[in-house]
Amino acid sequence: MIRLTNVQKQYENGTHALRGISLSIEDGEFVFLVGPSGSGKSTIIKLLTGEIVPTEGRIMVNGFSMTKISNRQIPLLRRSVGVIFQDFRLIERKTVYENLSFAMRAVGASGKAIKTRIPYVLDLVGLAEKADRYPSELSGGEQQRVAIARALINNPSTIIADEPTGNLDPTRSLEIMLLLDRINQLGTTVVVVTHEQALVNKFGKRVISLEQGSITGDGIGYDNGVKANEQT
Amino acid sequence: MSRHNLAYFAREGLGNLFSHGFMSFAAIGITVACLLVMGTFSLVAYNAEIQLERLESDYEILAFVDETYDASQVQAVGKELVKLPNVKSCQFISREEATKSFEEKHEGDYMLQDLDVSIFRDRFAVYVNDLNQVRKTASTIHTVEGVVKVRVDEDIASGFIMLRNVAGVVCIALIAILLVVSIFIISNTIRLTTFDRRDEIAIMKMVGATDGFIRWPFVYEGFMLGLLSAVIAFGLQWLLYESVAKSIDVSDTLQILDVVPFGSIWKPVAAFFGGVGLLVGVGGSLTAIRKFLHV
Repeated sequence: MIRLTNVQKQYENGTHALRGISLSIEDGEFVFLVGPSGSGKSTIIKLLTGEIVPTEGRIMVNGFSMTKISNRQIPLLRRSVGVIFQDFRLIERKTVYENLSFAMRAVGASGKAIKTRIPYVLDLVGLAEKADRYPSELSGGEQQRVAIARALINNPSTIIADEPTGNLDPTRSLEIMLLLDRINQLGTTVVVVTHEQALVNKFGKRVISLEQGSITGDGIGYDNGVKANEQT
Repeated sequence: MSRHNLAYFAREGLGNLFSHGFMSFAAIGITVACLLVMGTFSLVAYNAEIQLERLESDYEILAFVDETYDASQVQAVGKELVKLPNVKSCQFISREEATKSFEEKHEGDYMLQDLDVSIFRDRFAVYVNDLNQVRKTASTIHTVEGVVKVRVDEDIASGFIMLRNVAGVVCIALIAILLVVSIFIISNTIRLTTFDRRDEIAIMKMVGATDGFIRWPFVYEGFMLGLLSAVIAFGLQWLLYESVAKSIDVSDTLQILDVVPFGSIWKPVAAFFGGVGLLVGVGGSLTAIRKFLHV
């Protein structure tokens, strides 16, 4: 579960990225986080993954209090949150299989666990046949699937996707969203940061909209999310 | 740390060494160069020290014995001299030997040949343990009954002492400077290889790897870099030393220098190279990676 209570974040250069926001995302939910550039979406992701701490307010992520979390606990938190980026962030000199085993090794998984888990996850993202390919030999959509597989590989309870379709054409974007939806149906909480209105509308999920560091809407579907703002 | 993790660190560390071939080559090259410079200088200093010790051991104080003393009395003086503090040994030189030696020294000067032995005294060449105390020892020798005169060349003694002190200070200072420079250069070289892999480190942090887990392959890589550099530098140092020793041996002018054979000093040299190589390799890696762990 993710819970933000009256969270404020001011960077050292004086920028107010978040101005007292509160929100709650239950286990197993699928949530879109929308808003223009500079609205505070990236700051929320950084707060949820422990890269930065809030200036004020309380944050709970999968049982970890982000205001009290120690440096030793941060790796444990990150194992419970899989992150997907717009630019995939794959290791170019490693094959698909090696990229995934690298992520599993990093959390101390055994060789046996790796051999069992990777084929399952690759099958889930539809890349079972491409385990031995290098990222440069894959299309953008396929690379993003590898990134999703990597985020899933350590079986996190939450997936956070930061503009996962930003580099993809509409067809591939839809495929990625359908994949994330499927992962959500398997029980994983999914938070997707995006500004693709058309795509968001296709899914009819909860949409939280942000603007200038404040929540301006929270409802089902993009239009409802934005309308909620207009009503408040 | 589990066994499969240890194997993984070793594999990753070794893999990194080869996959970043050029940087590894650069790091090894610089480490080898620094080790060679340090090693060469230390060996030169060590040989100089040995030469100096040899010269010091040849340094003598001459104690002249009363010419009225008979052979048994002279022998008694010798026994007294050996008992004195700081005296390593003493060698009896009879007036006949002294005369012969004097004449040989002035060969060709007919005025100084066929001298009467009675104008020379029996004497003892006294060898000391510590040159620093030569003046004190000379005064003590003077107090021995039967010793009528003591000849001591303090300038030579103080010259040796100064030379040894200066050489010691210069040697330690240069080795310290070179060590610091080596660690700095190697740390920067490894930092470049680490910089090349900052994305991998960021990914590892992102998926929940602990700092220790991220650090180990780099430590292993640094260890391997240091060890490899030490082995290469040791081999090159050996070749270099042997060839220089051979050149000195066949040289007409340098033959007086007695070079210590490499066979008798290879163990401390290997330990020095191994120690410094590992110190700069592992130390350099740890220093280099620290910056990239703050993700």
